Amino acid sequence: MALKFTLLFLLVVCAAAAVRMKDLLGAVIMLCAYSLIMTLIWTLLNAVDVALTEAAVGAGIVTVLLIAALGRTGSREEDPPPSSLIPSAKQPADRHPSSLAVVRCALPLLAVLLTGALLVYGTLDMPDYSAPASPANLHVASRYITDSAPVTGIVNFVTAILTGYRGFDTFGETVVIFAAAVGALLILGKGGKK
Amino acid sequence: MSGRGCGGNLIIKTVSGFLIPFIQLFALYLAAHGDLGPGGGFQGGTIFAASLILYAIVFGLDEGREKVYEKAAGVMAAAGVLVFGGIGLLCMAAGGSFLQYSALLPGDVKTAYHLGIYGVEIGVGLAVAGALLLLFMKTAGSRDD
Amino acid sequence: MIELIAGKYNYWIYICLMMIGFYAIIAKGNLIKKIIGINIFQSAVFLFYISISKVRGGTAPILWENAVLYDNPLPHVLILTAIVVSVSTTALALALVIRIRKEFGAMEEDRIAKLRSDGP
Repeated sequence: MALKFTLLFLLVVCAAAAVRMKDLLGAVIMLCAYSLIMTLIWTLLNAVDVALTEAAVGAGIVTVLLIAALGRTGSREEDPPPSSLIPSAKQPADRHPSSLAVVRCALPLLAVLLTGALLVYGTLDMPDYSAPASPANLHVASRYITDSAPVTGIVNFVTAILTGYRGFDTFGETVVIFAAAVGALLILGKGGKK
Repeated sequence: MSGRGCGGNLIIKTVSGFLIPFIQLFALYLAAHGDLGPGGGFQGGTIFAASLILYAIVFGLDEGREKVYEKAAGVMAAAGVLVFGGIGLLCMAAGGSFLQYSALLPGDVKTAYHLGIYGVEIGVGLAVAGALLLLFMKTAGSRDD
Repeated sequence: MIELIAGKYNYWIYICLMMIGFYAIIAKGNLIKKIIGINIFQSAVFLFYISISKVRGGTAPILWENAVLYDNPLPHVLILTAIVVSVSTTALALALVIRIRKEFGAMEEDRIAKLRSDGP
């Protein structure tokens, strides 16, 4: 219990640091740390397949792709230009720069707080955390748990559902990652050694 | 990501050269044991791609591209999707519906499921490994590419 | 009131993470910061989803003789697919960002808008 609290707190700290840092390389490293702590939380929640996938994909491939992209584009975030909110007015010399920064952040902050409040209001109707009789655990999931091992002979329920009962979704997902590779090939061109 | 790799750092080259076959073996283990424990096609394919990305990072991107990674990656990705679709169509040819593994061997349902799921995991692993390799090869490069 | 907070505080922490990612998407001008924000948002949504599958006293969804109650395996399956789709989206977005940098020479959203409106 204390372990879960510590990990969730570290997760919020890593996410906030990744968003705040101006040095993009540092932000990408914080994202990698966020993925690793997420892997630990999946293991605590008994989601072992998801933990393995998140460790391989989130902390491995996404970090490498982001650092490769940073090497091509430049690794420092710039400050927002001062006249972006009032595009046609001239800057008065005595305008305090930090008040513009506050105004620039105010509208997104308001939108974020409003969305967060609406979502919290939505969770008041949800069943409690880890309740055995919640509607998500009652209908088809219990059938998968009791029937999959005798019928298919496969011990891991997640693999039996992924490739057996819901094999068509997995086919769609394979085509999606293939399409992403083809899309990147088309956008970035043949390239290579000239 | 430079074409020179790690600039001849002996420790990194030796350790990576030693570890890469074991990483690939681990990837094959994960892909093969998908139905006995955590694992499966995605995890195996991703770790296989990670081992080849490690090779490209340590020994140089140009050398990585030279060892026909780009063409082989594209062929692997397409072959994976075709294997998956092919097994589905094979089930249809054997009399069932798309991806109905029990139609492959009408007598023995459990063996049919095992065979079908093995083939599908191999297809998924190939597709994911090829696609991720291709994505890395395209995204990496120097600033003025 | 205490049972309300004790039953729901997990969901509120996940919503907090989602909002941090959402703020990065809409408030930050740099394109790569937006992609980092999308990743944080997606991971928090996966966390929310898998926390629905957890059952008090359940074990991992692999067949085991000593198990009395299993966790719900269905959200795990859906989130496995979602993680792979998220890496596809991130990779494609990065390819687009690299292309934008090659065309316009800038990475900030407002500067790109100004360059597009000034035009060739």
